[in-house]
Amino acid sequence: MTVNMQDVYLAIPLACLVGSAVSGLFGWAIGRVGAHTAAILGVAVAFVLSLLVLRDVAVFGHSFDGTVYTWGVSGGIPMEVGFLIDPLSALMMVVVTFVSLAVHIYTIGYMRDDPGYQRFFSYIALFTFAMLMLVMANNFLQLFFGWEGVGLVSYLLIGFWYTRESAVRASLKAFLVNRVGDLGFVLALAAIYQYFGTLDYGGVFAIAPQLAKTTIHLTPDLSCSVITLICLLLFTGAMAKSAQVPLHVWLPDSMEGPTPISALIHAATMVTAGIFLVARASPLFELSNTALSVILVIGGITALFMAFLGVVQTDIKRVVAYSTLSQLGYMTVALGASAYSAAIFHLMTHAFFKALLFLAAGSVIMAMHHEQDLRKMGGLRKYMPWTLVTTWVGALALSGFPPFAGFFSKDAIIEAVGDSRLPGAGFAHFAVMAAVFVTALYSFRMLFLAFYGEPRMDEHTRKHLKESPAVVVIPLVLLAIPSVIAGWVGVRPLLFGTFFGSSIRVLPQHNVLANMALHFTGRGPFIAHGLQSAPFLLAVLGFATAWFSYIRYPQIPGLVREKAGLLYEILIRKYGFDDFNDLVFVAGARAVGRVLWKVGDVALIDGLMVNGTARVIAWTSRIARRMQSGYIYHYAFAMIIGLVVLMTIFLHH
Amino acid sequence: MYSAHALSIAIWLPILGGVIVLATGGDANAPFARILSLVVALAAFAATVPLYTGFNHHTAAMQFVESHPWIPAFNIDYHIGIDGISMPLILLTSFTTVIVVIAGWEVIKTRVSQYMAAFLIMEGLMIGVFSSMDAILFYVFWEAMLIPMFVIIGIWGGPNRVYATVKFFLYTLLGSVLMLVALLYLYFKGGHSFDIQSFYSLKLSMTEQVLIFFAFLLAFAVKVPMWPVHTWLPDAHVEAPTGGSVVLAAIMLKMGAYGFLRFTLPILPDASHELAWLMITLSLIAIVYISLVALVQEDMKKLIAYSSIAHMGFVTLGFFIFNAQGIEGGLIEMISHGFVSGALFLCVGVLYDRMHTRSIRDYGGVATRMPVFAALMMLFVMANVGLPGTSGFVGEFLVILGSFQVNGWYAFMAATILVTGAGYTLWLYKRVIFGNVVSDHVAALQDVGVREFSFLAVLAVAVLVMGLWPHPFLDVMHASVNHLLTQVAVSKL
Repeated sequence: MTVNMQDVYLAIPLACLVGSAVSGLFGWAIGRVGAHTAAILGVAVAFVLSLLVLRDVAVFGHSFDGTVYTWGVSGGIPMEVGFLIDPLSALMMVVVTFVSLAVHIYTIGYMRDDPGYQRFFSYIALFTFAMLMLVMANNFLQLFFGWEGVGLVSYLLIGFWYTRESAVRASLKAFLVNRVGDLGFVLALAAIYQYFGTLDYGGVFAIAPQLAKTTIHLTPDLSCSVITLICLLLFTGAMAKSAQVPLHVWLPDSMEGPTPISALIHAATMVTAGIFLVARASPLFELSNTALSVILVIGGITALFMAFLGVVQTDIKRVVAYSTLSQLGYMTVALGASAYSAAIFHLMTHAFFKALLFLAAGSVIMAMHHEQDLRKMGGLRKYMPWTLVTTWVGALALSGFPPFAGFFSKDAIIEAVGDSRLPGAGFAHFAVMAAVFVTALYSFRMLFLAFYGEPRMDEHTRKHLKESPAVVVIPLVLLAIPSVIAGWVGVRPLLFGTFFGSSIRVLPQHNVLANMALHFTGRGPFIAHGLQSAPFLLAVLGFATAWFSYIRYPQIPGLVREKAGLLYEILIRKYGFDDFNDLVFVAGARAVGRVLWKVGDVALIDGLMVNGTARVIAWTSRIARRMQSGYIYHYAFAMIIGLVVLMTIFLHH
Repeated sequence: MYSAHALSIAIWLPILGGVIVLATGGDANAPFARILSLVVALAAFAATVPLYTGFNHHTAAMQFVESHPWIPAFNIDYHIGIDGISMPLILLTSFTTVIVVIAGWEVIKTRVSQYMAAFLIMEGLMIGVFSSMDAILFYVFWEAMLIPMFVIIGIWGGPNRVYATVKFFLYTLLGSVLMLVALLYLYFKGGHSFDIQSFYSLKLSMTEQVLIFFAFLLAFAVKVPMWPVHTWLPDAHVEAPTGGSVVLAAIMLKMGAYGFLRFTLPILPDASHELAWLMITLSLIAIVYISLVALVQEDMKKLIAYSSIAHMGFVTLGFFIFNAQGIEGGLIEMISHGFVSGALFLCVGVLYDRMHTRSIRDYGGVATRMPVFAALMMLFVMANVGLPGTSGFVGEFLVILGSFQVNGWYAFMAATILVTGAGYTLWLYKRVIFGNVVSDHVAALQDVGVREFSFLAVLAVAVLVMGLWPHPFLDVMHASVNHLLTQVAVSKL
């Protein structure tokens, strides 16, 4: 039997879409089991087929670039929905469907008692569909479709518990901040459309080198390279989606959503869409050193400063959320250093261990009866062995201890940015290096506070503590396995091999990974080298600090908080981004809107122009009315006056 | 082979049907009047379908043309025909009327036959506007269609309906008068003909063009409505019954925009280029300024009305950047806006029928009581936000593409609606639908019934189909739009 691969490509997203439609539209009829069966079946099919595609691409070297249907034509330029199947998209498909499948299964346990059960499954299956359309796209427009699709589902899921004010507010915030990024993205699309005459990757990337010298006038005096402009606009979109400073503000609040989607959407997949975008558009970004420098600096700031915030959070999910921000900063730095493969490699390992950490946090939250405050936990290790072990795996992978997955990808990024000679690379290198210490500190702080020490919860909760059911534990184990081995397996082909082939393009003068590949002699030596380098020492230091502060001498954090009150205040206020945005943008827009309405529309246009016109007419007619008094002598008088005037005029001529 | 009178049938069938509905008399016969109206509306819709199926995509020439002398003394003809610009609007009109008839079914309890007849007659008159190829015929339809709308607002409207009607009337009348003067000037300037197409080849000096441009502008800008002659719209919407708001937003606002394409651009190409800066400025003000005003509205209908003005800003922006993406984007936006704003006004109507208030602060937690309604409204809200996959995206996107080619800053200003539009629309949705149940009235809400579900679902399908596959909608426009672009590119000086 021969299978037409194009049918397989089409079947992958459609399986998820069907699963979503069935559970969403007919959930009331088929019940909970029916709904989750439909959704899980759809995603499972997509996962298996994605594996087939990955094999087809990686082993047999096949690829595909073709149109599914023509969306629309305007001005003679067709805009299409189509697939590009190459190593980059195949890898992303597997990551997305795998994490999604694990989260789907986990949801059966986590959302067990929720009245919106069917709706939830419909949403996450829909999300998987949109995410697949995003990574499988062969043009920027369809990427944008997927991009907005995942944004929509993210919005719906953050506000899933729609009677909670905080959740609904967070969902609105997420949507609006992402829209700021979309503004950049849409303008990038417009610029690409104008200068390249197509939105297809193939066409755009082929022409890109010819346009390297073209400039565009932003103002009569200020001009800028077209490629740089496009890259910066695209990156604006990426900054919102992948939560880079200053468009990161929505991600911590997105934790208001149920935990499974924090794992799936706000850690493993959707938030990495911006990283994927830049890697996908590497032939463009390579042509703009300016854009790469900006990316390096933004990524560095995010990696380091968001990590600091993770240290002061008391909500277990928010610790993981700030960790995600920081790790996304790492990926961004890798992009800026032209180490696109390293960024995607870290994206993959991070997807596994961060989804794992979120789901483990969710397992803890379930056991704690939906209490998320670390200060009310402690001592959970006795009750939750599976969750404990998997959290350890996640924390070790996140902190970059060899041979866990995160070690390989993070070490590669740090080394790559160290080799980069672009402006901003020095700062970025310092930032990602320093962040290693902070990462280990907050990771183990969270682990120790939750699982070690004396139990701090109330008696009732403590009595009911127990390990989560199998549908929760199995996904944890499923994710723990790649969190251990994905780095070991992937480092050779993904980082130093030819896996990505032509799907990622790097100019020779930017190719830091190629230099590293020259020194790569195997995984053993790579680890040995890592053990002697600064990042590892920093990670150990971070671990030790956490151990001292939260196990050995638990009074230390309180003392530090007292001594460094101002610093603590700054961190707790999240550097004031939220306060600033609320004051300037939210309140500002409403104040301006109110002025425009009350002064512009009501007072000036209606008051002066419309009603003014009416008043002038009324006034004139009142005068006219008064003149028509009905008295003969008034009219006679007027006639005589008129006669006199006329005669005077005639006589003088 | 289609009937040689297909277009006439599309115009006169609903008018005649409306007159017959009117003849059913008082409310004793209301059930019969409703059914008869639905039959007429469906038949009228069916009558417009051949205009699409029999439409030749490959020509810019007028199709389904009919021409008979009407007032031979002044060379006034009953001359009708359609092209790729007017045809989609005619289908939108007949489609919307079906929806409106169903939407008014149980809601309108007094003078049912008159209410239904007004909409049916108005449908025929509006199709007449879109099909007229004779300027006087156009003017007659243009003015006549307003009468049913005044009646609808004036009789079935809210407490402040007289003020709203008078404001609406004065605004539009003021605009139309100068248009008539312009048409007469063109008549005498040319060969004493009111044939609109004969105006296209008329040589006109820049002064003439500019003066005529402003005469047309006033008429069309009021209808669109463009900033700053927009303030009648929120008042009219607030006072109009749901059906009136739907037709107003979905179709009547499109008349002005249509006028720009049928008259201003092809007759006055030089003035259009000369004054494009003005049109673009007014459009961008509409998009930016009005969006901010929409943000602070407390009345659901006012908010959607302001949102309409902002979205119509995209239409006029698209028309005056003179490229295919702009004009096609504007046209698509017109149709999409017909679906989306129509649907949103219907959603408000669904809530209003239950709660008898349009004030946002009276709502909250509706989703817990009306989940099906909440889901449908979410779709329309997202379409209003311009989410890809819904019809709302297509037009905005094309106009942004088109305007970027003229000036990146235009595109930037227009694209701010991505943020502001999402702001006011989703904030409205959040306050009304999400949250805890705020009052006993909300707690007592019943979800949509079969009738309400049916019209919202039909619109939902329309919004999705057009968003996922706009190709067929764009395809019928290409030839006519390209022809228009060549017309506007040739100087008449």
